[in-house]
Amino acid sequence: MARTDTADISVAKQQRKKSMANAKRKRSREQFAERYSALMLAAAILAIWQVMVPISGLSEFILPTPWAIATRIVSEYQLLATHAYITLFEVLGGFGLAVVVGVTLALTIFYSKPFERAIYPLLVAMQTIPKVALAPILVLYLGYGWAPKITLAFLIALFPIVISTVVGLQSLDRNLVSLVRSMGASEIQTFFKVRLPAALPNIFGGFKVAISLSVIGAVIGEYVAAERGLGYLQLQANSLFDTTLNFASVATISALGVTLYFLLDYVEGRVAYKRDAAK
Amino acid sequence: MNMTAQHKGAEIGISQLSKVYHTREDEDILALDNIDLTIERGSFVAVVGPSGCGKSTLLSLLAGLIPRSSGEISIDRETISKPHPKIGVVFQQDLLLYWRTVIDNILLPIEIKKLDIAKYRDHAEELLEQVGLGGMAKKFPSELSGGMRQRVAICRALIQEPGLLLMDEPFGALDALTREQMIMDLQSMWSRLGNTVLFITHGIDEAVFLADRVLVMSPRPGKIDLDLKIDMPRPRKWAETHEDATYHGYVREIRKIFEAKGILVAH
Repeated sequence: MARTDTADISVAKQQRKKSMANAKRKRSREQFAERYSALMLAAAILAIWQVMVPISGLSEFILPTPWAIATRIVSEYQLLATHAYITLFEVLGGFGLAVVVGVTLALTIFYSKPFERAIYPLLVAMQTIPKVALAPILVLYLGYGWAPKITLAFLIALFPIVISTVVGLQSLDRNLVSLVRSMGASEIQTFFKVRLPAALPNIFGGFKVAISLSVIGAVIGEYVAAERGLGYLQLQANSLFDTTLNFASVATISALGVTLYFLLDYVEGRVAYKRDAAK
Repeated sequence: MNMTAQHKGAEIGISQLSKVYHTREDEDILALDNIDLTIERGSFVAVVGPSGCGKSTLLSLLAGLIPRSSGEISIDRETISKPHPKIGVVFQQDLLLYWRTVIDNILLPIEIKKLDIAKYRDHAEELLEQVGLGGMAKKFPSELSGGMRQRVAICRALIQEPGLLLMDEPFGALDALTREQMIMDLQSMWSRLGNTVLFITHGIDEAVFLADRVLVMSPRPGKIDLDLKIDMPRPRKWAETHEDATYHGYVREIRKIFEAKGILVAH
């Protein structure tokens, strides 16, 4: 009797172990799907594109295949890199300027009510101007060099940084301020111990939007008037009916944007702790 | 000076303390009206009253968070007007910083006062051990339950061995079972540490159960209506005390005040 009992138990144990292992395998499969779903979707789209071009009988001049674009990127690596370097410089210049000015503006808005009243309507009004429409004017004043591109990237990136930083600072639980005050904290300590860390996820949200917009700003600047940069390279390719090089430039531009975005994402992971990251 | 547990707490003096709030409509609201109060070293004083009776104002004044309109507050005979290092505060919410580990949350006051953190680390671990959270030092607040988080908040208030522990409805956000456990644990912790405690609550039961003295307050203007000495032996056991006639006598006495003021209406 006792022996059958123990035997039953060991069988049950084994079964449980098995089902747990199954569950584990299922979970890891789900995790795999989750992690690589974006890549798989992108690969599927590229594959369909690759197959559809010859099937539809479109000329490579009108729509090159992804493979052709990829080979072109590899063969024209140096040309693309030279122009990408220029665009990167403009993007980072505009974005960096927007970070410095935007965070400073946000802090002033946060700490000064009169300033908030004065500047907020202006900022919103500025936001309603299509920045693209400013590009020709900027060229008029700043010439054909990097200055109008950086300015455009800066103008387009400023708004999300200011707004997200102000919102991040304002959304702090007031009781947290009471808490650190009761410990004798000064305003500077309150800022660095509580306000800033609590606002960081918001601030980085703004940064990520801003960096993508900066890329757009810089490239649009290059469309209007430029002698270098990926946008300029596209115009060149267009005038030569070199559709493949055109697409290669687009791919490089988006690679630039994606890389910068994930770089920020990485930095955020190092410095900001999200509320539910531990779960 | 004798620093045994019984004398570790601070002595609190409050004289003719008033607080007037100015509203946006340019009205003056008298939140505290001429309060006189002395709290003995190491005693546990609970303040009960409905919302708006000025009990939280009293706590904010003691914590140095808001300026007083008139009167004086002293801790160990020293007049205070801003946050004092001898005072630790526990709020209704745990207010843990979610980006800091448990231990770093407890050490926050030390960081803010620019003291030597290494010196307090062991003490922080010890406090965690005492509240039953040994080994939780490296966890993040989001990994803890509500009761555990409030325990961490209490450790944070105790890290500097404050003479006065201010507690503002500390168990108000907890479920009934957790609250009961926390009340018991607070009693045993206090009897070990011997700080003076000012415990703000709207729970008559927890006030009578925990305190040496219950101050009953009523609003408009905020005044102390009753200063009731609770004479029951310690340690008090939950079940026994709640069956005790003396305990119910105290609870009834407090309820009577609220009924007389129309705060509690009998049906």
